[in-house]
Amino acid sequence: MSDTPISRIGRRAALLGAGAALAAPALRPAFGQGAPIKVGVLHSLSGTMAISETALRDTVLMMVDWINGRGGLLGRRVEAVVVDPASNWPLFAEKARELLQVHRVDVTFGCWTSVSRKSVLPVFEELNGLLFYPVQYEGEEQSRNVFYTGAAPNQQAIPAVEYLMSADGGEAKRIALLGTDYVYPRTTNRILRAFLNSKGIADADIMEEYTPFGHSDWQGIVARVKRFAGEGKKTAIVSTINGDANVPFYRELGNQGIKAEDIPSVAFSVGEEELAGIDARPLVGHLAAWNYFMSVQSPANTEFLNMWRAFIRNPRRVTNDPMEATYTGFKMWTQAVTQARSTAVDAVREAMYGQKVDAPAGYTEEMHRNHHLSKPVMIGEIQADGQFNIVWKTPTAIVAENWSPFIPENASRRRG
Amino acid sequence: MMRLVFALFLLLAAGLPARAQDAFTAALPGIGTSFNATAAAVDALGVAGDPRALPLLQALSENRLLRRADGTLLVQTPDGARDIPGGAAADPAGAETVRLNNRVRVALRVALGRLQIIADDPEVRLAAVQGVLRSRSAADLPILETALARESVPRIRAQIELALAASRLAADNADVKRAAIAALAANGSDTARSILLESRGANPALSDEITAAVAAIDRLLALRRAGETLFQGLSLGSVLLLAALGLAVTFGVMGVINMAHGEFVMLGAYTTFLVQQACRDIPWLLPWSLPLSVPAAFLVAAAVGAIMERGLIRHLYGRPLETLLMTFGVGMMIQQAVRIVFGAQNREVLSPPWMQGTLELPLGIMVTQNRLWIIVFGIAVLLLVMAAIRYTRFGLEMRAVVQNRRIAATMGIRTGRVDALTFAFGSGIAGMAGVALSQIDNVSPNLGTGYIVDSFMVVVFGGVGSLAGTLVGAFSLGIVNKVLEPYAGAVLAKVAVLVGIMLFIQRRPKGLFALKGRAADQ
Repeated sequence: MSDTPISRIGRRAALLGAGAALAAPALRPAFGQGAPIKVGVLHSLSGTMAISETALRDTVLMMVDWINGRGGLLGRRVEAVVVDPASNWPLFAEKARELLQVHRVDVTFGCWTSVSRKSVLPVFEELNGLLFYPVQYEGEEQSRNVFYTGAAPNQQAIPAVEYLMSADGGEAKRIALLGTDYVYPRTTNRILRAFLNSKGIADADIMEEYTPFGHSDWQGIVARVKRFAGEGKKTAIVSTINGDANVPFYRELGNQGIKAEDIPSVAFSVGEEELAGIDARPLVGHLAAWNYFMSVQSPANTEFLNMWRAFIRNPRRVTNDPMEATYTGFKMWTQAVTQARSTAVDAVREAMYGQKVDAPAGYTEEMHRNHHLSKPVMIGEIQADGQFNIVWKTPTAIVAENWSPFIPENASRRRG
Repeated sequence: MMRLVFALFLLLAAGLPARAQDAFTAALPGIGTSFNATAAAVDALGVAGDPRALPLLQALSENRLLRRADGTLLVQTPDGARDIPGGAAADPAGAETVRLNNRVRVALRVALGRLQIIADDPEVRLAAVQGVLRSRSAADLPILETALARESVPRIRAQIELALAASRLAADNADVKRAAIAALAANGSDTARSILLESRGANPALSDEITAAVAAIDRLLALRRAGETLFQGLSLGSVLLLAALGLAVTFGVMGVINMAHGEFVMLGAYTTFLVQQACRDIPWLLPWSLPLSVPAAFLVAAAVGAIMERGLIRHLYGRPLETLLMTFGVGMMIQQAVRIVFGAQNREVLSPPWMQGTLELPLGIMVTQNRLWIIVFGIAVLLLVMAAIRYTRFGLEMRAVVQNRRIAATMGIRTGRVDALTFAFGSGIAGMAGVALSQIDNVSPNLGTGYIVDSFMVVVFGGVGSLAGTLVGAFSLGIVNKVLEPYAGAVLAKVAVLVGIMLFIQRRPKGLFALKGRAADQ
């Protein structure tokens, strides 16, 4: 993809935009004659991930409306190009290529699972595209073509486990790591095990179990966790269970009489959207760790909630962490484009470093040169209405360590 | 002079309650400032001995306690908000609910337990004892002893004795501790074992006694564990049985490779959801919506099955490959149709109260109620199917058509109608399985896909065409899976079972219960 046409259009559009702004204080936003800026949306709208990713598509569309309502970017209208990779990992790569080569999008917001991100990564690197990835993940990655607006392990998993080991969290001395069997839980648990060992928790006090996607028969595992907890030390569960397997898991905890006061569990993939469909009463007191909860009290969050409810025309729809990360990432991208006076990938990338946004989480979040966002960490307790009661948060935003110091192979990389 | 004496007397008389009042009011300002302070205040209220503490703590545990910015408290009651202390009507505007975390909840359980251990309601007393049990504090010995002397319900007495032993283990006297260790060893429960292990650090002098007591419990534990594994295996087996029974009819008896079988299960689960929605407005009917769903799910799935057989499958008899592809396609269409009608989000089917919680069997084996009912239901459905095939006119015609279609036709049996009914019957059974699965799995459009492979596995392993084979196959696969799981993990256990079946089918291609005679040679 050559840079010339974009920069040419950019210059013309800037001129026209400036002219329009001077000439016409119109009621409707005025756009220049330049071609619209294209924003790709690469989220699954069908298949197993549709439940989670559809809300992210809607968030990007909302932000496109928002920026057009403010007169567009660089005087040009912004236009969304939506494709459906259908929860099919190889199709993600094909659709990414289509966005970059056929539609020639300037930026893409997309992906949820780590495997989909790994699938599109070579395409974005080959064609020098720009991807904003809004979901918490296992780290161990940093591409010059991707900006990661979700959490790295030190911004979610490690603080959550520290909380469980603190006085407020119940002083856990034994940890059960339960997860779905794929790359994110396995990498996260590898980091957590090293972290726990460094805190003096022996391998004998760590239990690790994996289950397939959509697992529904939790009776054996929950019974084993109960036994594991009966060895005379306070025990907690760290759950990287993904998707709807969480529902039968929590139901089994309830049926076997395990209350959050006895064995608290902290989940990394259960948010407001996931709780919207289930009876949350047996889950009260169980925890989740994120960088944003809908219940955050901040002016930026009020603005976000109002914008979302007005856009989706439903006052009861919930927001969640990846939606907030999409919102923050989009705002940051518009700031970088404005600063760079161009949508060219290389210029925007340079402009992205050091961008700051007052995020709905209630903190100022900054994009660092490691392509990751600084974020606050919050622990929320599930309430009966499916919302979270924030019981702990970091005083400031934490800088991401995408190369975890708890993975031995990274020692040389961090120095280098 | 008289007046002075009288005043002194008044002061003295007011003295006792005034002190208690002080402990109560002194604890109030801490509530709601921080989780730590709230927990400390709850602890203080639990031992203050003030009658107003109980309603206050109950309000706190039920999120009915509010706090104003100036630190004053009020409580939400059914007839409006009231100030604390004082009880005057108050305006809740601007006040925020006092928040809880797990630490405060633990303190609440202990404090409420201390206050309610001699309540009238036995359920409240049981919960109270379990709350006090958490404290493991020698300070609770007097109230536990008083409670034990008054208690007559054996179940609660056992819990009080356990709590007493736990508190005595925290006492100072070594002989009392030894007695407590013996009592815990005799109790033999998981909780007793956990209490013993916890106390090991604080009692190095008694280490030998504690180790011996734990070892005694461990012998019991091995039996208990075996019993629980067996139950889990039976439970998984009953799920497999339910999922496979319908297929045992459509595939086992008719020979139709029905890839849409899972979708009939899913339709049954969605029918359960709809029946429950319909029952929501009638509170007394709600707990019985599940039994009501069973015939409804049967009829819905059977109707869809009959339409599918008459419309499509009958044109493809004798062409297994085309049948496989066609039913696979129809399955996807049913799935997508459900997704369009009900949305991609999971639907929640509530469990009735009689299916929640655990039941304790002898030896302390804990079984979950919902799984127990599903085992019962699975066996009931199997008996029903067997009876229908053996004793009804329809069953007789069905067997006749399977054995020899032409002769059956010459006897005046309308074979086409029997085919449709048989397929509808099998589909209806799958629908009934959906009712049970709605209790343990997510009611989502792709519910059925998770069970299709397992169902075929059970039918092939058990022997195609044999219901007894399906029964034995389902339960043996369930138990083998659960015995392997603790060693290999959930993923590997499943792989191991699959490999085992592959090897078995190599040796015995016709499965466990192979049909003999002419029918088998077709």
